[in-house]
Amino acid sequence: MMLPDPAATGLARVRKIEGDALGLRTPAFAPTEGAGDLLEVSLGPHHPSTHGVFRMDVVLDGERIVRLKPVFGYLHRNHEKLGEATSYLGSMPYTDRLDYLNSMTNNWAYALAVEKLAGIPVTERAEYVRVVLAELSRLLNHTCLAGFLMQDCGCSGTPLMYAFREREKILDLFESLSGSRMMCNVQRFGGCRVDPSAEWLAATRRLVDGYGAFLDEFEALLSGNEIVMARTQGVGRLPAALAVNAGITGPMLRASGVGHDLRKVDGYGVYPRFNFRVPIGRDGDVYDRYMVRMLEMRESIAILDQALRDLPGGPILDPKAKQRGLRPKAGEAYGRIEGPKGEIGFFLVSDGTGNPTRYRVRAPSFVNLTVLEDLCLGHTVADAVIILGSIDIVLGEVDR
Amino acid sequence: MSDAPTAASVPGPISAEERDELRRHGILLTSVQELYNWGRSHSVWPLNFGLACCAIEMIAASMAKFDIARFGSEVFRPSPRQADLIIVSGTVTKKMAPHVVRLWNQMPEPKYCIAMGACAISGGPFKQGYNVLKGIDRYIPVDIYIPGCPPRPEALLHGLVELQEKIRQQPLRGPDAPRHLRSDLPCDATVPELGATDIEPPFSPDVWKPPTLVRPDKA
Repeated sequence: MMLPDPAATGLARVRKIEGDALGLRTPAFAPTEGAGDLLEVSLGPHHPSTHGVFRMDVVLDGERIVRLKPVFGYLHRNHEKLGEATSYLGSMPYTDRLDYLNSMTNNWAYALAVEKLAGIPVTERAEYVRVVLAELSRLLNHTCLAGFLMQDCGCSGTPLMYAFREREKILDLFESLSGSRMMCNVQRFGGCRVDPSAEWLAATRRLVDGYGAFLDEFEALLSGNEIVMARTQGVGRLPAALAVNAGITGPMLRASGVGHDLRKVDGYGVYPRFNFRVPIGRDGDVYDRYMVRMLEMRESIAILDQALRDLPGGPILDPKAKQRGLRPKAGEAYGRIEGPKGEIGFFLVSDGTGNPTRYRVRAPSFVNLTVLEDLCLGHTVADAVIILGSIDIVLGEVDR
Repeated sequence: MSDAPTAASVPGPISAEERDELRRHGILLTSVQELYNWGRSHSVWPLNFGLACCAIEMIAASMAKFDIARFGSEVFRPSPRQADLIIVSGTVTKKMAPHVVRLWNQMPEPKYCIAMGACAISGGPFKQGYNVLKGIDRYIPVDIYIPGCPPRPEALLHGLVELQEKIRQQPLRGPDAPRHLRSDLPCDATVPELGATDIEPPFSPDVWKPPTLVRPDKA
């Protein structure tokens, strides 16, 4: 391992807090007396409900889960090591492939970290375009998540079809702007690579104006649906204290009733200029996690509405901002934004050369996954599937 | 069946023109091989198996806009026992490779493999990684390669159409017959295992040979 010397880089040592010491973790579910043998089941890595190549080693007492061990690393692609072997600009396309549903927010978080490290100012127009792209990405992610979650609940096909229909509309926008559907690679240090045209903005405006109607339809079918409510309410409860202690972020944390949103807390970019609310849940169960995302999409539409209205003119990228051969001064920076899955952050340590000495990704999917066992204990395997679905993981980001 | 693959290769006294003439009169002449291949080329059931980014585009191909059902392949089967086609959609790591090969071995013949995306073909952008397999064709025979990172759903559909064309061209007898109709070819692939330092064997010599490097300056 090539870790930088803490004394040289001024890194502070962080004291590790054991979750068990605080008595916050759920106590292991006690098997029923005389229930017979426990059954060990391996779910994955090839399993349609694990959202990729992820394995859960589940120990069952009858139908109930008494132990759950997540096993990952099936998609470990050396992101951080490659980032240390690549130039600052060269890492940008790799960030696309972290959370491959949301290349836009990954790009932004990485660009933010490098901008902090090298002290590059961002143009006004680019800040607004970043907000537009990030919120479109949030719509895309939450819509797809709702579709996949319903698929996991057993509602095979229809909600996912609806979700992917909308996803295609957003991807058409991404494609016409960046040239690629999924791996957009749009952000640069100090701005964006491409400038949206008036036609593109008009098309985005049409999509945003119509998205509320889609949500109305989607929610009319699902949110008040008796089967969905019976299936998801009270399942996989995450107490707020455990959520905070485990470092959970994003809609999952807010579903547990903690109003923590980096768009409000950090106020990065131009978010303080927009008027929007942060929806929070009450019970922290699967249904709340679904509902928080649904409400978040409504707020995203409000942000998009304001951002498209106020979008200023001017350059999208300062031509003097250095991209290739960027050599920031020795130091460190952490750039974080509120991604659709939670806090996506990049920690970079520079030693003055063209590559970062340390390149660390704070992946929200990975951190949110750590409470999986606590959520699943005492539930059935079928519940574990929807609990995993409601956490919203992408294995590219979990394994990195 | 006017698009019969190779009328010339079908033995018999009737020429292609005569067959067309008969078809105009409502008489269809065909061979068992054509009928058999025509049938199975239009019902290729893929395995419901995703690895990484490309899997999302694979799902997109099966959704309303691209609608893989038009080509008879909408039935994604979760079990390898019911699948005809494995779409290796994403980066195969050395931890995952044994599972992919085992899934391939569990699929019944006749079976086909599509390597979707740069990672499945060669390791793609992650090729430098110590634990990334440099192409799934080192262990299982790949029929169609689809380049792209990730390939668009249209590219996957194109790959599927090419695979259907390949299935239609397969003779049922002779030296070019597919694996499952020949006794001298193994149907199972070598399952690699994680060894002390690397995955073993590094490739299966049955399906892959290391390329011969030619250096013009040293020749």
